[in-house]
Amino acid sequence: MHPSRNGKVVEIDQLVKRYKNADNNAVDGVDFDILEGEFFALLGANGAGKTTTISILNTTLTPTAGRALISGHDVTREAAAVREQIGVIFQNPSLDLNLTAEENVRFHAVLYGLYPFRPSFSWMPVDYRRKVKDLAAILGISEAMGQPVKTFSGGMKRKLEILRSLLHNPRVLILDEPTTGLDPGSRRNLWSYIARVREESGTSVLLTTHYLEEAEGADRICILDRGKVAAYGTIDEIKKTLIHHYLLIDAADRQALRAELEEKRIPYREDGRFRLDIREDEIHRILRQIQTPLTVVRPRLASLEDAYLAIVEKYD
Amino acid sequence: MIEQIASPPIERVGRLSHQVNAVLIIALRDVLKFVRDRPRLLSTFIFPFIFILVLGGTFDASLGQAMGYSYITFVFTGVLAQTTFESTVIGMIYLLEDRENDFSQEMFVSPISRYAIIGGKIAGEAGVAFLQGFVILIFGWLIGVSLTWMQVLLILPVLLISSLFGGGLGLLMLSNFSSRRAATQIFPFFILPQYFLAGVFTPLIGVSEYLRWASYIAPMRYPVDLLRGIFYAGLPEREQVVILEPLANLGLIAVFFVIFLVAGTIIFVRKETNR
Repeated sequence: MHPSRNGKVVEIDQLVKRYKNADNNAVDGVDFDILEGEFFALLGANGAGKTTTISILNTTLTPTAGRALISGHDVTREAAAVREQIGVIFQNPSLDLNLTAEENVRFHAVLYGLYPFRPSFSWMPVDYRRKVKDLAAILGISEAMGQPVKTFSGGMKRKLEILRSLLHNPRVLILDEPTTGLDPGSRRNLWSYIARVREESGTSVLLTTHYLEEAEGADRICILDRGKVAAYGTIDEIKKTLIHHYLLIDAADRQALRAELEEKRIPYREDGRFRLDIREDEIHRILRQIQTPLTVVRPRLASLEDAYLAIVEKYD
Repeated sequence: MIEQIASPPIERVGRLSHQVNAVLIIALRDVLKFVRDRPRLLSTFIFPFIFILVLGGTFDASLGQAMGYSYITFVFTGVLAQTTFESTVIGMIYLLEDRENDFSQEMFVSPISRYAIIGGKIAGEAGVAFLQGFVILIFGWLIGVSLTWMQVLLILPVLLISSLFGGGLGLLMLSNFSSRRAATQIFPFFILPQYFLAGVFTPLIGVSEYLRWASYIAPMRYPVDLLRGIFYAGLPEREQVVILEPLANLGLIAVFFVIFLVAGTIIFVRKETNR
């Protein structure tokens, strides 16, 4: 039915985007693939290049160099074909607040060429009306489909948008920071909802977020840092590349310890205690070099959170 | 159940009919949004009403006497054309900002032709402008502007022409600005002189040579003059108010509209494929 290449729905190859009059590339040689049915999270701080990458994939921005394919179609040269294959959830809700939920759904269906336009819901094809009823049942808002969307909560609006975007059966659902502006409860709720949508519809999901914990359920993640890929793979693979060991030491005579570390050119960071960023197999060798009596010796393992924060904090 | 929502429709819409339907809903959406937004409805009528009642009313006593015809009626006919024209221009420019908000975002990622976006947007904004013109027409009748049924029948199509003409100019402006902020900063300098060069509030007849020439490049002048040519047909003050024959205005509007539309479309589509 849909062309897919080695099970890859999205293929990005050395993608570069430089905005007009900008000194740096907003996206600077990014590579990644998304597999069929995969849940893929694109992580990074604000300004890391997430939205730029997503905008190239949803055809609203053209790349400066490199290429991006969706179901084998080039996003620049075959934009129309790409648009049929993607469902897009923008950072700002793409709903008209003064129109009813059903009207928002109807306009979407017509824009995607699924149904002919009829000015009233009851004149729309039976097939369409059944889908709207299913959609309302999933959302639990059967009565409210005729209400203006402005009466809906933030979480409900997002869910409506997601269901609406499934109408044209996209190969990949692209969500740009879908949880922005939601409280923690609605955020968790939306998350399990997206998981359910993915399971039942079989579509791939690409989403951006700057919260690491939101990406933990993803099959694979890609962390962007200043337009470049800082880490890419499954959570376990990323842990291997980003997480490292360190040694925490302290002495009663800190002045002496500081002098000794400097004299022996052992790099350290001081935040209360002395932190030495060294490999596991170096611990013994380093400890033997130190003469100052130590009061604390603790080998430590940095968490993924620490590693991610180290990348993100550079932006502040 | 989610699977069923994503299932293909029983009968898909044909290719051409898809694009036509898209134009239709983009246009209808603009009109629906306008009609359902009460604060916006109110604010769009305040200015025309102020112009006609306050400006027209205060000047009628002094200027009207000197001119020998109703100044309120003169301003009413000018504002009718000006509002319809300007409303569509502004509506088109708003797309610069709208494309990052609400449902407008969907238009740009959906599989419809960029020409359908242009067509739907012009039709929709012209529809909104036409509705405004219609309400101002009723308002004019309520405050005592004498209108025959024949005049009303002829003015309605002129309102539509004026609205569509604004859409052509709006498209050209939209495709030449990168941001809404830039557009709204330039807009007053662009539109305010036209109020006078188009003779919305003051008759153009008898102005100096250079102003007369400047008025030719003010696009708003043509719908204003066309509307007055229709309204004042057969009335004694026609000679003092109308500059060109309606057919001449109509021809010039058609020429400018095609130029605006073609240039605007070319630039818009080129920009859309290379953002």
